[in-house]
Amino acid sequence: MSKSGRLYTTEAGVPVHGMMAEFTTPAAVYHAAEKFRDAGYTHWDVHTPFPIHGMEDAMGIKRTKLPMLIAVIGLTGAGLGLLMQWWMSAVDYPMVTQGKPFFSGQAFVPITFELGILFSAFTALIGMLAMNGLPRHHHPLLKKERFLNTSQDLFIISVEARDAKFNPDETRRLLEAAGGANIDLVEE
Amino acid sequence: MTSIHPDQITAERLAGLSRGPVTALPAPGTGDGSLIDDPAVRAPLVLNNRSFKEVTDIICGYTENPPPRWWFPVFGAVSTLAGLQTLFILYLIITGIGAWGLNNQVDWAWDITNFVFWIGIGHAGTLISAILCLLKQKWRTAVNRSAEAMTIFAVVCAATFPGIHIGRQWMAWFLAPIPNYNAIWPNFRSPLLWDVFAISTYGTVSFLFWYMGMIPDLATLRDRAHQRMLKSADGPKLLPFVPIRVDAIRAFVYGLLSVGWRASSRHWHRYEAAYLVLAGISTPLVLSVHSIVSFDFATSILPGWHTTIFPPYFVAGAIFGGFAMVLLLLIPARELYPNMKDFITLRHLENMAKIILTTGMIVGFAYSMEFFIAWYGGNKYELYAFQNRAFGPYWWAYWSMISCNVLSPQVFWMRWARTSPIAIFVVSIFVTIGMWFERFVIIVTSLHRAYLPGEWGMFHPTLVDIMIFVGSFGVFLTLFLIFLRVLPVFAMAELKAVLPQASPHEHGHGDGHDHAHTGDHAKPHTHGHSKGGKH
Repeated sequence: MSKSGRLYTTEAGVPVHGMMAEFTTPAAVYHAAEKFRDAGYTHWDVHTPFPIHGMEDAMGIKRTKLPMLIAVIGLTGAGLGLLMQWWMSAVDYPMVTQGKPFFSGQAFVPITFELGILFSAFTALIGMLAMNGLPRHHHPLLKKERFLNTSQDLFIISVEARDAKFNPDETRRLLEAAGGANIDLVEE
Repeated sequence: MTSIHPDQITAERLAGLSRGPVTALPAPGTGDGSLIDDPAVRAPLVLNNRSFKEVTDIICGYTENPPPRWWFPVFGAVSTLAGLQTLFILYLIITGIGAWGLNNQVDWAWDITNFVFWIGIGHAGTLISAILCLLKQKWRTAVNRSAEAMTIFAVVCAATFPGIHIGRQWMAWFLAPIPNYNAIWPNFRSPLLWDVFAISTYGTVSFLFWYMGMIPDLATLRDRAHQRMLKSADGPKLLPFVPIRVDAIRAFVYGLLSVGWRASSRHWHRYEAAYLVLAGISTPLVLSVHSIVSFDFATSILPGWHTTIFPPYFVAGAIFGGFAMVLLLLIPARELYPNMKDFITLRHLENMAKIILTTGMIVGFAYSMEFFIAWYGGNKYELYAFQNRAFGPYWWAYWSMISCNVLSPQVFWMRWARTSPIAIFVVSIFVTIGMWFERFVIIVTSLHRAYLPGEWGMFHPTLVDIMIFVGSFGVFLTLFLIFLRVLPVFAMAELKAVLPQASPHEHGHGDGHDHAHTGDHAKPHTHGHSKGGKH
């Protein structure tokens, strides 16, 4: 492996994406994650078949802003729903129906509520994917055959080469010290 | 960590060819080992001490292995029914809705009955996926995926009926606020329009919730297909003369659907936040949907419909009927599919039987309260409507409803009935029949004796009525059987997370609990060293 500027390449000249190591139990990967957090790494990740309780703390992940985003867009959706009903019933084509006022606030509640929920749900899914950088159907890690076990029963820590603290030897040593097995280089 | 287990016994066990090694017989009185009454011992959520790998292999096996022998004949039968429904709907559209038994006196009958029946069934799925999630009921993980699927298929069946009931079906787009040549807009003060928004929102949100929950599991199926592709250059082909590997198609389709999920903890963090928000918004949504359905009736002035008890009464009835349908699907499934009993234990069935008992009592209370208010309210039309329900020409429908919905669930007071799959199955059939009759009684008996004797009449179903209703079961079961074949039937990632070995603190920090044996998991220990970032 050689280094030109900030970019690592393998002997074959393929850029290096990073390094990965395997763990077999949630406890092992949890404590390994704490080591990487404390060593000050930033571009690294823990891949687990299911969300491990407390992993956010072990990795030092900040609380996501997603719920705020959902609240804002959900309330916007509800507002738009009310605006639509008001404009259609009281402005564009006012018509007396059922003897109710043109703007019948109470009768407009159900649709306002439903549209608020609809906008929130779309924001929850699309916002979650967008903040995660998905859909992304190619990824250097997905090219590793062993990595494909991570959606089944394997726990993996991956460290990216673009991390300021990344160093092929030191990172490998840290992965070893944390108890990682089958430490492997991930090509771009 | 290969996809074919090296251990022959385990391989056979996973394929359902032999029973799992019985390490220790379940303690007497605990059924399959899940019915533990001791509050100090947490009942296992998954039996037979399954590993992560075994859970994955079993559940992926349902879609990866060839279908069981019963699958094709049953699929053939139910899809024929679905096809018949399509033909009868076509006949109805060509002929007009007079092909149903509707008349000037009873202008809503089986169509709306079926609509309310199906939409109610969907509510159990949302209750399991949303409300039980908020209540931290971990047993839901074994049933939520199939219950959510059931919700979506029930909404599909439900949406058919108002869609074809509108008469001129090609004008259905008038339901949406789309500018049209008359320059008028839909009437937003009408509960029928609220219903359009409620049902379409409910269907959409249920689908988004279901899909989002499946992303990690679809990624598992994708990865396994890839692994098989990498392992050998040869595998099952699509058809004998089509040289496309089944695994290539699986890898492509599951790959597309799983949006490149790579099980990252940073992703899981946002995923769990989104999941909780979806559960949080689905809870008021599901309560609103059947409330709005009940407004279709409650906001009218017809005796028997014009009551304030309808929203809670409808919601309870919906959950009641929905759980019966969940059980009707899952009890046969756990008998027919290998190893499914490890995930859907007797305790799961008992919990659902308890919910049926509770909601059945709420429904029974609502029936008696309706009668009480009809008498106490002093409105003679109202009182007549209820006397007519119980003792008029439709007395048989009313008493079928009472015996199926109020009396039959009472057996669940007895423990043997709550823990016997056969007893639960039989009661679920009764409840399903009873809930259909409930909607029939509410709709038809109220309409057939309205204020003026000139509005009095009877409803007689035609062949078209019957076939479109029976066919809707065909559509429902066809969709469910396809689901069993091609999608992850259990929420694998969630199931793994409730296994005892999923706790990152399994080896204990001297807190005196033995997690591995009690089935406890992931206690939120707050260690000094696990708080916040660096220190």
